[in-house]
Amino acid sequence: MAIQEKNLIKVGIADLKIVTKQNNFLRTSGLGSCVGVVVYDFSKKMAGMAHVMLPDSNLSRDSNFNKFKYADTAIPILIEQLITSGARKYALKAKIAGGAQMFSFSSSNDMLRIGKRNAEAVKQVLQQFGIPIIAEDVGGNSGRTIEFVLETGMLNVRTVNMGEKEI
Amino acid sequence: MSYIGSLNDYQLDVLKEVGNIGSGNAATSLSTLLNRKVDMKVPAVRVVNFDEMMDLVGGPDMLIVSVFLRIKGEAPGSMFFVLSPDEAESFVKEMTGIETFSITHPPFEEMGLSALQEMGNILAGSYLSALSDFIQISLQPSVPILHIDMAGAILTQGLIELSHESDYAIIIDTFINDKDSNQAPIKGHFFLLPDPKSFRKIFDHLGVLE
Repeated sequence: MAIQEKNLIKVGIADLKIVTKQNNFLRTSGLGSCVGVVVYDFSKKMAGMAHVMLPDSNLSRDSNFNKFKYADTAIPILIEQLITSGARKYALKAKIAGGAQMFSFSSSNDMLRIGKRNAEAVKQVLQQFGIPIIAEDVGGNSGRTIEFVLETGMLNVRTVNMGEKEI
Repeated sequence: MSYIGSLNDYQLDVLKEVGNIGSGNAATSLSTLLNRKVDMKVPAVRVVNFDEMMDLVGGPDMLIVSVFLRIKGEAPGSMFFVLSPDEAESFVKEMTGIETFSITHPPFEEMGLSALQEMGNILAGSYLSALSDFIQISLQPSVPILHIDMAGAILTQGLIELSHESDYAIIIDTFINDKDSNQAPIKGHFFLLPDPKSFRKIFDHLGVLE
């Protein structure tokens, strides 16, 4: 399916977007330790994507922080914006990708395990809201670019060296 | 915006000079390594948001070759030396004579990867030791790590520490360029990303804290 630029909504780093048109695509590029979270109401054709960078906003040393940056603050906003747009909470489902460990050496340093912690935090928050994770592609040590096709509900995951897949 | 909004022009100039000294030394090392002339642009100090940083190397999707290291010591931070795949390939061919080395088609030749890592090691090491001498501060590089992947995936690793504090990064960016007409040019970016707390330390040591 060819993607037309005008229907493609790009999500930046520590960013969040909602789409409500059937022919829309959501894309976020170059996920490493960050996690891309898609929450959608399939039959209403509404979806949102967040590019989460860090697990927990309690780590923030800035009181006026960007709420889209942290799993525990971005996901509730994502859900709220979807419901405001008319999505039904009970119908919401999620797909997630990212959370890679970009560093191959082992270390106890928190910074280096951030991918795993991001993925865990995202799953925990989704669970709190009772939103089932339909598909996931997390971990590993490759960067990912993901694209959510609202029409099919499929998430396309592309990597540089590990090929491409649909989940 | 904490520390970033508070920088004055004079301090930005000081950071530019810091980049100048570091990368000047690194360019000399590269020149010795390749035995040819290497040019360097005057460094730019940029205050960028995370998306803009990715755009500096061609967007978050762009395949890049990067050598990353953490700077430990009194003024911790992160450092990247970034090459495009073409540039990295031509470097490896020149260093090792392995004409088949390819970045785009794994598995990668072990010797080629090792040459790239060593180049990063030498460049980053000379950059840091010049910095350390200039600022009179003790800085130690971690073992450098070679990555061949999407720019977004690699560069965000260097932003984790400062992202707790800010949505902007101060990047000291230097562009080096070897200008030998017979060979394919090698161009590279140095990104120096001091941790937020390190700026104070650097300015203090250089007597420009105000």
